[in-house]
Amino acid sequence: MSVRPKIGVFSFSSCEGCQLQILNLEREIPAIAGLVELVNFREAMNKISDDYAIAFVEGSITREKEVAEVEAIRKQAKILVSLGACAHLGGVNSLKNPKPKEEWLKTVYKTTDVFTDTFETKRVSDVVKVDYDIPGCPIDKFEFVRTVFALLAGVAPRLPDKPVCAECRVKPNPCLVEDNELCLGSITRAGCGAICPTYGEECVACRGVLKDANIKGLTKILNDRGHSKTAINGKLELFNLLAKIEV
Amino acid sequence: MTHDIHIRIPHVTRVEGHGNIVLDVKSGKIEELRLEIVESPRFFEVMLKGRPITEVPGITSRICGICAISHTCASLRACEATLGITPSAETIILRKVLLNAEILQSHILHLGLLVLPDFFGKGSVIELAKTEPEAVQAALRLKAAANEIAALFTGRHVHPIGMAIGGFKAWPEKKVFSKARAVLEGTQKDLDAMVSVFKTLTPPPLERATNYVSLTADKEYALYDGVIKRSIGGITKVADYKDVINEEVVRYSTAKQSKSNGKSIMVGALSRLNNNFPLISGEAKDAAKKLGMAEPSIKPFDNNTAQLIECVHTVYDSLKLLERDIPDGGPPARATNKAGRGVGAVEAPRGTLYHEYETDKDGIVVSANCIIPTAQNLANIERDIEAIVPSIIKEPQEKIALTLEMLVRAYDPCISCSTHFLDVKLIGGGNG
Repeated sequence: MSVRPKIGVFSFSSCEGCQLQILNLEREIPAIAGLVELVNFREAMNKISDDYAIAFVEGSITREKEVAEVEAIRKQAKILVSLGACAHLGGVNSLKNPKPKEEWLKTVYKTTDVFTDTFETKRVSDVVKVDYDIPGCPIDKFEFVRTVFALLAGVAPRLPDKPVCAECRVKPNPCLVEDNELCLGSITRAGCGAICPTYGEECVACRGVLKDANIKGLTKILNDRGHSKTAINGKLELFNLLAKIEV
Repeated sequence: MTHDIHIRIPHVTRVEGHGNIVLDVKSGKIEELRLEIVESPRFFEVMLKGRPITEVPGITSRICGICAISHTCASLRACEATLGITPSAETIILRKVLLNAEILQSHILHLGLLVLPDFFGKGSVIELAKTEPEAVQAALRLKAAANEIAALFTGRHVHPIGMAIGGFKAWPEKKVFSKARAVLEGTQKDLDAMVSVFKTLTPPPLERATNYVSLTADKEYALYDGVIKRSIGGITKVADYKDVINEEVVRYSTAKQSKSNGKSIMVGALSRLNNNFPLISGEAKDAAKKLGMAEPSIKPFDNNTAQLIECVHTVYDSLKLLERDIPDGGPPARATNKAGRGVGAVEAPRGTLYHEYETDKDGIVVSANCIIPTAQNLANIERDIEAIVPSIIKEPQEKIALTLEMLVRAYDPCISCSTHFLDVKLIGGGNG
């Protein structure tokens, strides 16, 4: 194919860190730029076009106007890929959801008659069909590159189907659960290279919980080591509140 | 000529987050002028309420991908003030190196990828790379170097890993320090190249003195630590920040504007340099001389130049901090179940960033507040637009719009940050 596919990168409620991960591909950007045509990336360019085939969507959907915008993106794009935990899972944005809207507005704005169009945090897939996900908070920038290459080759991008523990073992990192930390690596989708445990931090499941994860097994081990169900649920909900997984 | 202008710049590009510029001039007089912030609110204060304080730095890092380390540092300082914890000197050295790396990466991203295209008449860095490949390559290499420093110590720059209350969760191995020194030493040529490029640029002429606000310290160029200095108004303790920064509700914006004594203020690289120039590293002073900025400046566009001077400073400051391998600074604090209230402030790339928390006896967050640099600059940007309009009013509309965008961009606004904790008032239900 001689025509380079046109790509758009879009941002909704988020820290924009996943877009930044794309800009952080300093060494790879020139090669990628030769293969695709970036036509809409507001953070980096000023001539933007709505003629694109592949859309990467960052951020959660939290306002009426964002619903209309993401629907328009879905209508235009042949392929829509969620970019990062806010888009994929709802991420930390969902932590406001269990509290009433009145409380959000009063806490931040001291009144409830502003931002009447804001609502509970939604995943992009709650609003439009999402073809593929690039998980993580933030995304792994090389997973973005692999996804782009797969799409260019006409192949469905695939995410690893193993837990973070598998990647932690090969490092090899000392096991944080054995160290009495509340680590969720054994139920979380790999692909991050176990980067958090490698730098001493417990896995917080920002890439989502695996479908066939042994949640009961992990809960028992963590309970035996003195972590309460409340503490485990608290950690799980940091990124996965909308998945409604409870131990 | 009647000099009527109606400018609407929706979604200013090449800034972080979503903002609009609105300018209406009738018969040469400004009738309407607004910098509208239209980013969606995320309600971080609500998210934090009820969470254990140990989770707070990790959550507040997610306020902003570009200033993730600054938010983490301000948050850690506020957590430690709340709990009465003093981190080790070694821990503080590492935090300072990380904050330096973030300031370098953010400034270079701004200068190389967002600002430079304007001066060469290009729409993006991709177009700029075709005509100015050396400058773009130098900027990209510097940005990569800054990211590498962050990655060496905390795994990555966007949402650093292992920075915890009281200490680091994993202390870097010895080889990390020598690697970091090598990366820092390798930046000199590219820093020189950036200075050479910026030396040749002529920004639009605009002079307007304002109140320059930053942290200040006795013995160092204040970034991680210090007290608040206002060029008009003197010194204030960080804990008393509310005496200095008054937030004001603005009807058309989802972000509140900050003022001091009812007047606009400026924060960021230019304010820091104006307030603390004698304490910047010698190499940065040399760069300042080459860039013609050895004196305090009242030109808002000099914020770009000040950022470049700070880039040089952060590299040489980190080299000094990492002169020797830093021995293990000790583990994070274990006892965090304590009632308290505390404020933390650091200089983020765009200016002074404040976090304040209150906890109950179990160390659960009762309330939180953050004041973000861009919110502090919004009122000042509007005053600058007012000041520059008369001098450019006869230009074609397109040129006026470009100059206004360049002016907004010079402040390096980080709009996605600036709304998250801020009050808002809207007119007629419209969100701008």
